[in-house]
Amino acid sequence: MAGQWGRWMSGSRWPARAVSRSGAAPRNLTPMPSTPPVGDPVPPDGSLPGQALDGLADTPLGFYLHVPFCAVRCGYCDFNTYSPDQLDVDAVSVWARSAHTEIDLAARVLGDRSPRLSTVFIGGGTPTMVPPALLTGLIQHLRDFFGLLPDAEVTTEANPETITPPVLEALLEGGISRLSLGMQSSVPHVLRVLDRVHTPGRALEAVRLARAAGFADISLDLIYGTPGESLGDWRASLDAALGVAPDHLSAYALIVEDGTALAARIRRGALAGPDDDDLADKYLAAEEVLTSAGYAWYEVSNWSRGTSHRSRHNLAYWRSHHWWGVGPGAHSHVGGVRWWNVRHPRRYGALLAEGRSPGEGREVLHADQRRVERVLLELRIADGLPAGVLTDTERGRVPALVDDGLLVDHPDAAPEGRLVLTLRGRLLADAVVRRLLD
Amino acid sequence: MPVTDPGRTDPAIIRNFSIIAHIDHGKSTLADRMLQLTGVVDPRAMREQYLDRMDIERERGITIKSQAVRMPWTQGGVAYVLNMIDTPGHVDFTYEVSRSLAACEGALLLVDAAQGIEAQTLANLYLALEADLHIIPVLNNIDLPGDQPEKYAEELAGIIGCPPDDVLRVSAKTGEGVRELLDEIVRQVPAPVGDPDAPARALIFDSVYDTYRGVITYVRVVDGALSHRERILMMSTKATHEVLEVGVISPEPIQTHRLSVGEVGYLITGVKDVRQSRVGDTVSLSTRPAAHALAGYRHPKPMVYAGIYPIDADDFSELREALEKLQLNDAALTFEPETSGALGFGFRIGFLGLLHMEIVRERLEREFNLDLISTAPNVVYRVVMEDGTEHVVTNPSEYPEGKIAEVYEPVVRATLLSPSEYIGTLMELCQTRRGVQLGMDYLSADRVEMRYTLPLAEIVFDFFDALKSRTKGYASLDYEDAGEQTAELVKVDILLHGDPVDAFSAIVHKDKAYQYGVAMAAKLKELIPRQQFEVPIQAAIGARVIARETIRALRKDVLAKCYGGDITRKRKLLEKQKEGKKRMKMVGRVEVPQEAFVAALQTGEGGKDKKPS
Repeated sequence: MAGQWGRWMSGSRWPARAVSRSGAAPRNLTPMPSTPPVGDPVPPDGSLPGQALDGLADTPLGFYLHVPFCAVRCGYCDFNTYSPDQLDVDAVSVWARSAHTEIDLAARVLGDRSPRLSTVFIGGGTPTMVPPALLTGLIQHLRDFFGLLPDAEVTTEANPETITPPVLEALLEGGISRLSLGMQSSVPHVLRVLDRVHTPGRALEAVRLARAAGFADISLDLIYGTPGESLGDWRASLDAALGVAPDHLSAYALIVEDGTALAARIRRGALAGPDDDDLADKYLAAEEVLTSAGYAWYEVSNWSRGTSHRSRHNLAYWRSHHWWGVGPGAHSHVGGVRWWNVRHPRRYGALLAEGRSPGEGREVLHADQRRVERVLLELRIADGLPAGVLTDTERGRVPALVDDGLLVDHPDAAPEGRLVLTLRGRLLADAVVRRLLD
Repeated sequence: MPVTDPGRTDPAIIRNFSIIAHIDHGKSTLADRMLQLTGVVDPRAMREQYLDRMDIERERGITIKSQAVRMPWTQGGVAYVLNMIDTPGHVDFTYEVSRSLAACEGALLLVDAAQGIEAQTLANLYLALEADLHIIPVLNNIDLPGDQPEKYAEELAGIIGCPPDDVLRVSAKTGEGVRELLDEIVRQVPAPVGDPDAPARALIFDSVYDTYRGVITYVRVVDGALSHRERILMMSTKATHEVLEVGVISPEPIQTHRLSVGEVGYLITGVKDVRQSRVGDTVSLSTRPAAHALAGYRHPKPMVYAGIYPIDADDFSELREALEKLQLNDAALTFEPETSGALGFGFRIGFLGLLHMEIVRERLEREFNLDLISTAPNVVYRVVMEDGTEHVVTNPSEYPEGKIAEVYEPVVRATLLSPSEYIGTLMELCQTRRGVQLGMDYLSADRVEMRYTLPLAEIVFDFFDALKSRTKGYASLDYEDAGEQTAELVKVDILLHGDPVDAFSAIVHKDKAYQYGVAMAAKLKELIPRQQFEVPIQAAIGARVIARETIRALRKDVLAKCYGGDITRKRKLLEKQKEGKKRMKMVGRVEVPQEAFVAALQTGEGGKDKKPS
């Protein structure tokens, strides 16, 4: 396996400076430069409090697999990912072995009442930095222990540079049917600021190859608000993405995370920081362009063609379903218990090799915390928040938010009425949550 | 040989004096040198024991300052008693300085040979001359390079009207010239004169609260004597107390049986509050009271007011307790509870001046560990209405509405000392601050003294900063109360989204109203975060808007990415924001962070960190 890592790095297909990650989103990772949340200790065997498993059988269960490798780190990225020079030579094989061990641990902890899996999502990092067989091997392991529902959604993030017909074929054969590609922008000067070295056409080519290989569910990620990006640049990126008719699009306002190279450049004054008005204009442009092309928003930063192409794995996060995050730094949630793994791959591997849980900390949420999370998460999605989640005083604040044009109240929606953000409300979602909550 | 025992000292051998000096011109060093040369502290003990003792005192919270030290000095075979009386060193405490000087017959005018006299020193010199004190001019630091003893000797001689040769020269640091100075004190300063048989009269020149002993009152006996166990009478309040202890400081307290004519020492009566033992009051005996108090007693009068509020509303009662404790040792401090729509519950505090305000605020924050927010300081206005009624306004929000006939504002007589190259600059500055020139004199070829009448409000505004920045720090200022004048003043209100913010209201001259309004509106625009709706900021006089800014509506407030690993972080952030919201003040519908108030009021031209020289 160590040899493969080396081969992958030196192979002629790999540019000396490959892109850092193909990822659609910072899925389950707290940013690396920031400290992880402070939590309670996780028991060595990873066991959960009894009541956390009460709703296990009736709640959709997913798995997230974290691949913590990138060829290089991009200046804006703060995910838990490492370039080869930061790791041991056998890091990939140790990671894969450890991930299998963690799946065994999950099987022990969740036990017989565990339902078959609704979704699996492989993110990173750059999942396609490792051989596809390693990824599909983990999928097979999950299928063997937990089983997959017939309509299970199995996604991998992918770096456009790594997409070739043989890779695509291997992924499909191994049961991975959804692809999430990091495109970010179609404009060269924007990609340069993001340290992305792929050519603007590479992601679009990858979509065409994936279609040809038989992928029926393809997502593209875009970033807006990069320093130097004009509104015209942004529209050009949207148009370019729509040109290959993806099934799903994520559009994220650039977040300048503390501790990143990008943050340092902005602090020095070498680059202008993102401007909220500019971000708002670009969000509205995205909504307008995507809506007229037949896409509909289903979460603040996500649009799909028809409801069937929504990312069910990501919806599970916003609906407080259950998922187990496998890999260094991965986060999990089961029955009101959130926990997160140690971040460094070596420590992660060492704990699992000792037969211990790699969990670094956890929090057992009390009822009101779970309620608060529901409000802040479910208001983000187009299906909205059931009004019954709110307290009486909170519900009393709804009319003012409706009057301000931030919220729509659907009192007759089954079973208890629903609150959905307006377009303006989506841009002010956090402020709405703060105004609403007790 | 005259008797030198404390309590029975022959007035003929007593010399009472103060040292008038600018803060860094070497007064304490000179005082230390005198303590050594007179033998009341030996040179080694000075560092090793005296300072140690001060540390302990500091830990126990006892005042370490020696308000009056009794020192022996023999000359021509005669043993003399020198009482060195300390003077507070600041413009806000002119009255206290005048009382210390009133306890003396002479004063040393100590001036740095490299810097020359400063305005405040000059002002104190005038106080000493008014009190008929004999002045001994002294140049210090004659050992330092860069000094100009001839030039400044000429200057001092010119000011007091003596030949330049009479100006003594010392180095407090090396001790050079200090023996000669002590001899000159004996020779030049007149001995105190009083009637030992008259009813007792003693002047209180300082009053300090000590945690263990209660109030320690420092007095200079003018007539008669004060003895242990006697019942004394405070002539301003008619309050009587028993003398539990009487003594002198040398530099340790030495208990005696009594203090008699011309002597300087302390009294302890067990009272717990310095307001019961006020500086300037006359102490007599209840059994045989004096017919007349000594002249010059004044009740302290606050000149500057500011609202002080705890940042955390829960600290209100702690703030009250802290103020009560400070008042034990600060007879000039006054406070009343006050409510501000913007800042919540706090106190309106009256101060002698800006420095007094700064000292009090700093002590509240440092000694009582309080986080405070204070409004811009303002002076006291007297508003006379057309119907003849009168309002005393200590807070701009109390400014009356309706038909105003006249508004009176306090004015001061200001003295500025400066290199003569800045005459034009200073005249322009004083003119823009509504000053009226009273006169100008050259102290030496290139140094000038300018006298102005200025509204106190202008000094409280940003006068010190402007003075210092326009003269590269060379000019100095002193001022004293000079009554009141009518002025065309208006109240400028600041409105956020149509609602007035009381903390930002200010009473300003009508010609400055526009400038204030524009500056405040612009500052608030920077400090107040964007809201979900557009927020107009207006400055208005009554219903007339004179300046306007707009905080544009917030258009984006949403985390772009909120996936599995972001949720805990996001919820914790929300919890923190909700905590932060408690620190937000609501002005109508507008959320204003405390920090914005702090910044708007502190960086305002409201007079923070303005240290008069």
